Amino acid sequence: MTSGNSPLLELDDVVVEYPGKGRGRKPFRVLHGVSLSVAPGETLGLVGESGSGKTTLGRAVLGLAPVTRGTVRFEGRTVSGLGKRERRALSKDIQVVFQDPYTSLNPAMSVMDILTEPLLVTGVARADAERRVQKLLDHVYLPQDAARRLPREFSGGQRQRIAIARALCRDPKLIVCDEPVSALDLTTQARVLDLFIEIQEATGVAYLFVTHDLSVVRHISHRVAVLYRGDIVETGDAVQVTERPEHPYTKGLLLAAPVPDPQRQAQRRSERLKLRAS
Amino acid sequence: MTPVDSVAPAASAAAPERDRLLRRSLRDPVAVVCLLVLALVIAVSLGAPLLTDHAPDRSVLADTLAPMSATHPLGGDGVGRDVLSRLLYGGRTSLLGGTLAVLVAFAVGAPLGLVSGFYRGWFDAVAGWTVNVIMAVPAIIVMFVVMAAVSQDLNVAMIVLGVIMAPMVFRLIRASVLAVREELYVDAARVSGLGDARIIRRHVLPVVIAPSVIQATQVFAVAIGIQAGLAFLGLGKASQASWGAMLGDAFTNVYNAPVLLVWPGAAMGLTILASSMLGNAVRDALGTAEPRVVRRREPVARKAAAAVAELPADRLLTVEGLRVAYGEKTVVDGVNLTVARGEVLGLVGESGSGKSQTAFSVLGLLPYEAGVTADHLVFDGKELLALDLAALNALRGRGIGYIPQEPMSNLDPCFRIGSQLVEPMRKHLGLSRAEARTKALDLLERVGIPDPERVFRSYPHQISGGMAQRVLIAGAVSCDPQLLIADEPTTALDVTVQAEVLDLMRSLQQERHMGMILVTHDFGVVADICDRVAVMQKGRIVETAPARQIFASPGHAYTRMLLDSTLEGGPARGALHVPSKPVKEVTS
Repeated sequence: MTSGNSPLLELDDVVVEYPGKGRGRKPFRVLHGVSLSVAPGETLGLVGESGSGKTTLGRAVLGLAPVTRGTVRFEGRTVSGLGKRERRALSKDIQVVFQDPYTSLNPAMSVMDILTEPLLVTGVARADAERRVQKLLDHVYLPQDAARRLPREFSGGQRQRIAIARALCRDPKLIVCDEPVSALDLTTQARVLDLFIEIQEATGVAYLFVTHDLSVVRHISHRVAVLYRGDIVETGDAVQVTERPEHPYTKGLLLAAPVPDPQRQAQRRSERLKLRAS
Repeated sequence: MTPVDSVAPAASAAAPERDRLLRRSLRDPVAVVCLLVLALVIAVSLGAPLLTDHAPDRSVLADTLAPMSATHPLGGDGVGRDVLSRLLYGGRTSLLGGTLAVLVAFAVGAPLGLVSGFYRGWFDAVAGWTVNVIMAVPAIIVMFVVMAAVSQDLNVAMIVLGVIMAPMVFRLIRASVLAVREELYVDAARVSGLGDARIIRRHVLPVVIAPSVIQATQVFAVAIGIQAGLAFLGLGKASQASWGAMLGDAFTNVYNAPVLLVWPGAAMGLTILASSMLGNAVRDALGTAEPRVVRRREPVARKAAAAVAELPADRLLTVEGLRVAYGEKTVVDGVNLTVARGEVLGLVGESGSGKSQTAFSVLGLLPYEAGVTADHLVFDGKELLALDLAALNALRGRGIGYIPQEPMSNLDPCFRIGSQLVEPMRKHLGLSRAEARTKALDLLERVGIPDPERVFRSYPHQISGGMAQRVLIAGAVSCDPQLLIADEPTTALDVTVQAEVLDLMRSLQQERHMGMILVTHDFGVVADICDRVAVMQKGRIVETAPARQIFASPGHAYTRMLLDSTLEGGPARGALHVPSKPVKEVTS
């Protein structure tokens, strides 16, 4: 973290448990005391495999998952365990882009309705809201006539741009990005990531960027945290974690990702088999 | 950076088509007829005083079983009342009764269902229990009791019926709400700062309305039927003309004037039929949100197989001039490819490039409406296009194995893993149950499953995704195929699991000297396992070359573009330097 900057988001020993099925069953603990922080304008990449709890961590920050113990602080204020009303006030500052661009947009609403909704609830006049939406569409490089169309008329990459525009609606300070490019084609993936970076540089928004893909995380993150079975096993600069990881789990993760080069991949494969044998 | 991603095909389609349910239903002639019938019934019932001068409950002894005449167009009934008048006023009773039942059922069931489904928790538990108790009560008997002890009025009975039917509405609405509240867009709305009331109004209610309309028509029809049943049994006030009471009267005079049964019977039949068919039409309108495609099976071209002869001996699969089209839309446009024995061919491209369609057409697994044509589709010296379904079935599994993308959805949740492995082997290899079982256990061990016995006995939901993919690989190689077709076999898996599954596929392929077509979008996977690569774009193969060559010197611009967009090995973003600028408005 950059020195002298007080963190925007801080997680301190956060535990998330879901109640077990049936009475008297042990609750299922997804996160076992996770601590991390995100500075203003920073991207913290959160890497992990399925079941590591990375999505749950994002949802805990958004107030969509129950924080059983520990605290989530935003701008120094504890936001975990807030009441519904206070939580709603936070929606101006904390936003989200989900993984699946197909189910995160209401199929029955036009793009204009989807994008004006968060503005209208705060009492913005419809005309102002619509003007702002047109500017937002420009910003995410969607055509102007996109507003009157339905989500199903767009490709995956374009839908994700709509989701990004929705997140940007109210100038948030933090966007939780839950695998926002995993469902996209490779070429589209690169473009959407560049859009994320461009927006960050223009607005100074911070990202908590959840992904399973080390190459994605390396491209977009300033810092990286590696989550393994509900615990953070390694945190550090993106370069360091993605090139010289220290924890054996991160090392295994890095070597498991295939590289698009037959010779280097053969080498990586033998290194991985060696690591596994040891 | 190119500003806009590839435009989805649908985006080019005309202006937004946002029909409301009603308008879509109105395109269905059945719905129009039903609405007209219902409108007619309503109109004549309301207009009864204009259409007849007779009071429905005034009996004139002289008119007992009177024949049709100018004064009594439909004659008189068993106690000398005018049949037409009773029919028209009886319509009021039926319509009012049906409407009351619907209103009460929804007034009670809908809010409870909404709250139960949206908030769950203790309220849901209590409501669920209550509803189950109500459903366990025999409806007819309750209504008998009510009519005997509380009120003779049929409308009271219909209100009680509404309460008894409310659980159906409750369950339907609760189920719809449960489905919507899991949608990510509801989460997104929550994060956007929408309150619960607004989320329900904007995102939940619209989804609930359509099934409610259908349910309402059914409740309406059932209520009319039950009300008629009660009246037929003689319950209800004598002053309340109703179709059921008319039926009862007609029944007592069935030998003297059988025609009396016709009028109330026809009126009830028409009304109930119109109401339930309207419900069906609405449901159909919901089902066909997308424009209907004309389904037409184009005959598979069977060009002369004469020219097949001159193929190299180690050639396993030859595809020439393969085309796949859905109606006007061509998704595979003249693909040529070959696979030698023991060779791994990577089929690479973006989504929509037609790579999966190509692989599926070799398997003969494309949906019915796909029009597949090819100059040649030769596997192991046999022209696949010339085979009938039985011969093709014998070949699948035996000659060609398949590994799918989604391991979980390709295992049948109802059967144990063991039986899903054993069945194909018994059919294709003619093994006995015991032999097949031994072989299946060996295979499970071979694909690296630590406890084969346990997995053999497990159901699919009891094992992980990586485990399921190993099981499917075991199944794919169980009948010793010469060619494996793998459609994005590792896309749904974690990278560490992916690496292991690729290791497994490589070792099996080498051990058995199988040919393999690997469909993927991931050049890392290609580099790991493929000997040769075919790059597809928009239904065509733009480049085929040995793997090393593709990576070292890609020939086609599209291949270069794909390779350039891999993030792997690119520069890291580095640490955050500047103490960040204050957050400023995006669009200011």
